[in-house]
Amino acid sequence: MGYVAIKGGGRAIQNAAEALELLRVQQGESGLPLNIEQIENQLYFLHSRIVSEGGLYHPQLAALAIKQSLGDTLEASFALRAYRSTKARLLETPVHNTANMRLIRRISASFKDIPGGQMLGPTTDYALRLLRMELLNESTEQFQAVAKDLLRHVPTATVPDSFPKVLDSLRDEGLLPNINPAGHDGPFDITREPLVFPVPRSAALATMARGETGSLLAIAYSNMRGYGDVHPTVAELRVGYLPVMLPHPITGELIEAGEVLMTECEVVAMYQDNECATNERNSLPSFSLGYGACFGHNEVKAISMAILDRALQKGMKDGANNPSEDPEFVLLHIDGIDSMGFASHYKMPHYVTFQSDMDRLRTTQSKQESSHE
Amino acid sequence: MSSAINFAFLDEYAKREIRRSVLKAICIPGYQVPYSSREMPMGRGFGTGGLQLTLALIGEDDCLKVIDQGSDDSVNAVNLRKFVEMTCPGINTTTRLQEATLIQSRHRIPERPLLAHQILVLQVPYPDALVIVEPSEEKRKTMHGEADYSRLLVKLYEDIVKFKEITISHRYPTRINGHYIIDPSPIPRYDVPKLNQSESLTLLGAGREKKIYAVPPYCSAEPLAFNDVPFRIEDFTGANGERRTCMICSTSNSFLDEFIDEQGSRVYQCSDSDYCAQQQECVHG
Amino acid sequence: MDKILEVSGLSQIYGPGCDQCFTCTGPEFETNICKHCSSIVALHDLTFDLYKGEILGIMGESGSGKSTAVKCLYFDQMPFGGSAIFFNNKEQKHLFTLNPAQRRSLRNQHFGMVYQNPNLGLNFDISAGGNIAERLLMNRVLNYSEIRSRAHELLTRTEVLTERMDELPKNFSGGMQQRVQIAKALSTRPSLLFLDEVTTGLDLSVQAKILDLILEIQAELDTAMIVVTHDLGVTRLLAGRTLVMKYGRVVESGLTDQILEDPQHAYTQQLVASAL
Repeated sequence: MGYVAIKGGGRAIQNAAEALELLRVQQGESGLPLNIEQIENQLYFLHSRIVSEGGLYHPQLAALAIKQSLGDTLEASFALRAYRSTKARLLETPVHNTANMRLIRRISASFKDIPGGQMLGPTTDYALRLLRMELLNESTEQFQAVAKDLLRHVPTATVPDSFPKVLDSLRDEGLLPNINPAGHDGPFDITREPLVFPVPRSAALATMARGETGSLLAIAYSNMRGYGDVHPTVAELRVGYLPVMLPHPITGELIEAGEVLMTECEVVAMYQDNECATNERNSLPSFSLGYGACFGHNEVKAISMAILDRALQKGMKDGANNPSEDPEFVLLHIDGIDSMGFASHYKMPHYVTFQSDMDRLRTTQSKQESSHE
Repeated sequence: MSSAINFAFLDEYAKREIRRSVLKAICIPGYQVPYSSREMPMGRGFGTGGLQLTLALIGEDDCLKVIDQGSDDSVNAVNLRKFVEMTCPGINTTTRLQEATLIQSRHRIPERPLLAHQILVLQVPYPDALVIVEPSEEKRKTMHGEADYSRLLVKLYEDIVKFKEITISHRYPTRINGHYIIDPSPIPRYDVPKLNQSESLTLLGAGREKKIYAVPPYCSAEPLAFNDVPFRIEDFTGANGERRTCMICSTSNSFLDEFIDEQGSRVYQCSDSDYCAQQQECVHG
Repeated sequence: MDKILEVSGLSQIYGPGCDQCFTCTGPEFETNICKHCSSIVALHDLTFDLYKGEILGIMGESGSGKSTAVKCLYFDQMPFGGSAIFFNNKEQKHLFTLNPAQRRSLRNQHFGMVYQNPNLGLNFDISAGGNIAERLLMNRVLNYSEIRSRAHELLTRTEVLTERMDELPKNFSGGMQQRVQIAKALSTRPSLLFLDEVTTGLDLSVQAKILDLILEIQAELDTAMIVVTHDLGVTRLLAGRTLVMKYGRVVESGLTDQILEDPQHAYTQQLVASAL
């Protein structure tokens, strides 16, 4: 028999898995394994991205996912998500107030002086992107010396536990619509309910919170560049640790279960004539608000999400004029796990469908030929 | 930390949700029931929708057959079967159709008709046949609800005008129980008539698109066509006017894979490898 | 005569609206913008009956509310207030109480619409014949050769070159696109046809031919029509009865000939005078 269509799959898979593992240990016997703490700490931003896109705040397993996927962000988030599928949802937290965040960074682009003050914190914003050649051969001693030196100079002056939110001051001045708690249903859980359009804003926010950074950025960028009309101002961007409160299983009393590192961004944009966000109390026009938040330290993602939230609210209300304002377009195309899976599936055999395609093509060709004769 | 995984991977709440969606899908034949669809440890597009159905349905008494492109031994089928074996201790797997109670398949329906005690699970990449004429799901839902398939039919009309033929090769739009039109998954047209009045239940699962739908047993499934331009299955008639046969088992009543052999000539072979093997047994045994 | 449509008190407001919208707008105030809430009163208290086989003209300049009226009746938008009853044999349908599915069914089966912009009425991505096929398929005509022959017949009737039946209408001239649109609107033999500025923007010779065609078809099929236009000539040629509108109100109504010969309202007089 000359040809066997697709036999031998099992062995091929096994060999492929080994080849991949070989890639991981290709340094050979002189290599050292990456340790989980190094990934979590020294690949801080990569790690942040995985916790956020994986949609599961588990710093240790996120680091493991990075290790086993050889640093592929899509694969690593994917492994974390798949792990999440095996876990039941046991409890729900109440809605958290992010004013309680223990901040490591907060900035506002709308006011120079914000209550509590600006705090630059760790950022690459003003760094010169010059390669630091001295890190090429950094020794353990040098590394530890830097750490020791920096830690010794940490000022003891205390940073307050929490900062007031910039938006509250805008609200006090009547520039933003008031929060209307009565108008909110419970949050939509995208891990337990499918998106059936139209979806509430909370579903959109949840989908974006674990969306793929690059996809969010691309669509948000299209909106900023002219396929949309948002010229946003960052009212506040904050990064820090939010205490997570859970109801005690017996008493129901809220107790702090831990804290999560997260990034939050609030943008305000000028109202448009036809969409003036009319205030309930009076009908004065006011700013409209976009909100972004995700696990980990991911500033570009949080800003992109806030811009898209603002664009989607407009689209939900007045109809979409641009892809970035169309909830179906945005929300169904930003999930990294979905999109990378589907792109990869084209590598699978499509012999049967291709056979059908050939049948149709040959039939139509012969019909065309006979009609030309 | 514990590496123990629940029987059939998913947590019990997830399985229960899927089973409820299945019941709803059976009650409304052809209707796409939205469900939350968990992330599985294999890629979206590799059969996670079918796999979730299989995992939600499988029990220790079940015997599972997994095929891809008609073959039990293709890479993806092996991968899925291994995963189910790993996470569902105690179940049996088989390649023989007659032994299976649950058959998960991608792109084919087995040649031999399925029986009442068997369930066929098809993996679905695009659940909605209307997607070729309407990108918005919200609008498609309205069209389905009102059974307004005129735009899809116009597509067929335009095909006939342009090519004198309907050019849809696979994923052929099929009307279930006289109302909803489904995308029957990328099975060839050859397999579509097998859905009609089948003894067995057919479940279709789209993981990435988060939909489950069903063709219940003894339910009508009519490929979309005009009264005077009938639906046609793939034609395996050779240049000599005779039906081509499988080069291995010589059967002339199966869907054939076409390929070029080492001598450079075009040859044909059964796409359903189990069927092919059993035909050979009949001849030799 | 059989009544086909009964419209009463139809009104439309764009904007938030307030108690005083109707009392501070209209021809006597020379505006349709409410000074209290800045809403636009596009239509107020439009009332008329339409009978089988009749052509009713609605005439006015842009902003008079004439297109708004048709958009409400064809369900392109929901009105602020008022009612409309469609009579289909013995059946009465209150248009604005129907659910969206019932509205779509009425639109697809009993109404026809020809827009000023062919882009709205035609799908430019499918052939001229396909556009007609879509309407027929909506009405469960599932025989390919029957669809072909009916499309052929309709396009012949509307004087579209039938050898271009399988071409995309986006490659057609404006007049030809309007003919295809008319053929599409007529394909289900609707009992009520809306024509919104159908000849605006076309060459005069093409205009005349299309108007003739509409008259012929009306005589043949006995279709009731509502013709919206700013053009006195179109009204004169097509409409038996006419409503003249300004700032969302009807300022004059009656037999077209009467209105044109002996206009009562100052605005109509001005219109007629300027056209002569």
